[in-house]
Amino acid sequence: MAEIPEHLLKRAEAAREKAQANQESKSPSSEETTDQTTVAVADESPIEEVDEKAETTLQKIQSGLGEKIISSHIAPNRGLWIRVASKDWRETAQFLKDQLDCSFFDWLSVIDWMPSPYGRELDTEQDIEPETINPEEQPIEWGYTGGQTRFQLICRVYSISLGIGVIVKADLDDQSPRALSLIPIYPGANWHEREAREMFGVTFDEHPDLRNIYLPGDFEGHPLRKDYPLLSRRMKPWPGIVDVEVMPGEEK
Amino acid sequence: MTSESDQLAYIASQAADARVNVEVETNEGMTLNLGPQHPATHGTLRIIAKLDGEKVITAEPIMGYMHRGYEKLTEVRTYPQVTTLINRIDWLGSFANEVPFILAAEQLMEVEAPPRAQWIRTILFELSRIANVCLFLGDMAVQIGATTPVFYAFRDREFVLNQIERVTGGRFHPNFDRIGGLKDDLPKGWIEETRGALKRMEAFCDEMEELVLGNEIFQARTRGIGTIPSDVALAYGLSGANLRASGVDWDIRRDANVGLVYDQVDWKVWTHPDGDSFARFWVRLQETREACKIIDQLLGTIPSGPIMAKVPRIIKVPPGEAYVATENPLGEMGFYVVSKGDLTPFRVKIRSASFSNMSIAPWVLKDVFVPDIISILASLYFILGDIDR
Repeated sequence: MAEIPEHLLKRAEAAREKAQANQESKSPSSEETTDQTTVAVADESPIEEVDEKAETTLQKIQSGLGEKIISSHIAPNRGLWIRVASKDWRETAQFLKDQLDCSFFDWLSVIDWMPSPYGRELDTEQDIEPETINPEEQPIEWGYTGGQTRFQLICRVYSISLGIGVIVKADLDDQSPRALSLIPIYPGANWHEREAREMFGVTFDEHPDLRNIYLPGDFEGHPLRKDYPLLSRRMKPWPGIVDVEVMPGEEK
Repeated sequence: MTSESDQLAYIASQAADARVNVEVETNEGMTLNLGPQHPATHGTLRIIAKLDGEKVITAEPIMGYMHRGYEKLTEVRTYPQVTTLINRIDWLGSFANEVPFILAAEQLMEVEAPPRAQWIRTILFELSRIANVCLFLGDMAVQIGATTPVFYAFRDREFVLNQIERVTGGRFHPNFDRIGGLKDDLPKGWIEETRGALKRMEAFCDEMEELVLGNEIFQARTRGIGTIPSDVALAYGLSGANLRASGVDWDIRRDANVGLVYDQVDWKVWTHPDGDSFARFWVRLQETREACKIIDQLLGTIPSGPIMAKVPRIIKVPPGEAYVATENPLGEMGFYVVSKGDLTPFRVKIRSASFSNMSIAPWVLKDVFVPDIISILASLYFILGDIDR
C-alpha cells in the first residue's frame, strides 16, 4: 500500500475540518444514518470557485456575438453554457468554429422542459391521465441559462486548442419547432439532427435528408417528448413497486 | 474482372468471407445490401451500397435494429438503476460505460469518491479498455480474412474478464460503480493475479504485432485505405483512437480528465499521422499496451482507505445540469444529465462514441472498392449497442 498523494490528503483534511465545524453547529439528530465504518468524509466544493478559462472564453463570445447571447452560465470547472435565439443558431456555431477554434463537433440534442404529465416520481402507482393535468399547476422550470419555450435545442462543441467545451442552447418555437441545420459547418450534425427530428419533432431547415434514423419510417409520434407515454409502463406496473424495502428509521 | 458474372462471383465470395448477406439488383448500377445479421452478433448494422462495377457510389448505413430507447427509459429509473441500463451500451467494455454517468451524478451532488475508489475505478476502466480493444485486434484480421488472431483474442481476453469478474461478480455487465464510490473492495490476492493477466496481454500485443501488423496482405488491405484527414474527423465528431489515428493529439484522459487518476501515472498518448485503416489498428494496438502500463503503475500505488464517500441512502440529485465525458474504449462517451431534484433524472442525453464514429461512414465509403467496405468499417470499430443505444 502506497501513500495517498498529498493533494488528496489536503483536500480530505480541509473537508474533515469543515464537516467538524458543521457538526458543532448542527444538532446531532439531523445527521444521515449511514454506516460509520465504511464511510469517508465527503468533500465539499469550495464556496467561491472561479473558472478563469471559462470566464475569458465567455468574454470572447460576448464581445463577438454581443446582444445575441441572451444569457450565459458558468459552473466552475464543469462547463460553460450560452443561450441564443433560434434564428442565431447557425451563426453562433459558425462564430464558435471560426473564432474560438471549436472544430470538434460533440453532440446535438433537444430537451423537452415540460414536466411529464405521467407523474415524475417513480412510485406513482397509477398513471395520471394527461387530460387531467393543468399546465398552470406544473409550471415549466428551466435549467441553466433559463428559457422561454418548451423545447430547447442543445449542442456542444469543443475547442481542442483552447481545451474548453461550449454548450449552446436555443429556444424553439412551441408550435413549429425549427432551426437551421448545422451541416454546412459541422457535417457530423447530420445524424444528430435526424435523431432530434424523429425523437422530438424538431425540423431542421436545409437538412438534405431528414428521414427517421432509428424508428421505422411510418412511426407516428415523437417518443422522447414528455407527453409521449412509455407504453411498457402503462401496460404493466413497475415491478419494483412491490418489493420496495422500508428504509431504516422510516415507517411504512 | 471482365464480365459481370465474374464480378458477381467475386463479390459473393468476398461477402461469404465476411459473412454478410448479399442482395444484388441489376438495373443501372447495382445495389449491394450488407446485413443486418442476427442481433447477437457484432453487426446488425445494415449498409446499402450503390455500386458502379467494383466501386461504391454511395453507401448508407441503416441502423435502429437494436434501438432500445435508453434515453427514454432513464427518465423512469432511479439514479442507481440507470447504471444497469447503460452497462449494455458498449457491452465489450461495460464498466467504462458506468463511469461517466456516475461522475456526472457525483458532480451534481457535489460528492467525490475517496482516493481508493478512484484508483480502483481507473484500474477497472482500463481493464475494460483492454477487454474491448483486444477483441478489435483479433476481429480486424478476421474481416480481412485471417481467422487465427480472433481465437487468440478470445483466449487472452478471458484472463482480463476473469479479473473483472473477480472484483465485480459480472463478466459482461459489472454494474459495480456507485454514486460516491464502489460497491465493494478488491478481493484478496487480486493485485498479483492482475499482474499475471497483464503479462498475458502484453504477450498478446506482441503476438498481434508479429502476426498481423507486419503481414504483407494486411498492409496491402489497410495502408492508404479509408483515409480520414484530421479536419474532417473533427467536424464529424470522431473521437478516441479514430481521431488520434488521424493525427489529432487529443485524449480526454490527459486533456479533460474528470474524476479518474490518470494524472498520477506516467503514460503516453499515441497518434498516427496517416489516418487510414492501418493507423487506426496501430493506434489501438499501442493503446492496449499503454493501458497495461497504466494499470501496472496504478496497482502499485492503490491508497488505503474507504471505498465509499458519505452519501444518503436514498439518492436524490439536486437540480442542475452536468456533462461528463470519459475516454472510453470506443471514443468519447458522455452523459448530459438534467436533474430537477427527483429520484430519477429529468433527461439524459447519451453521447456515445460509435454513433459519431459511424456517421462518417457515408463520407469515407465513397469511391472505395467493395471489399474495402468491410475492412474500413472494421477499422472504425463500432459496437452496435453503442450506435443504437
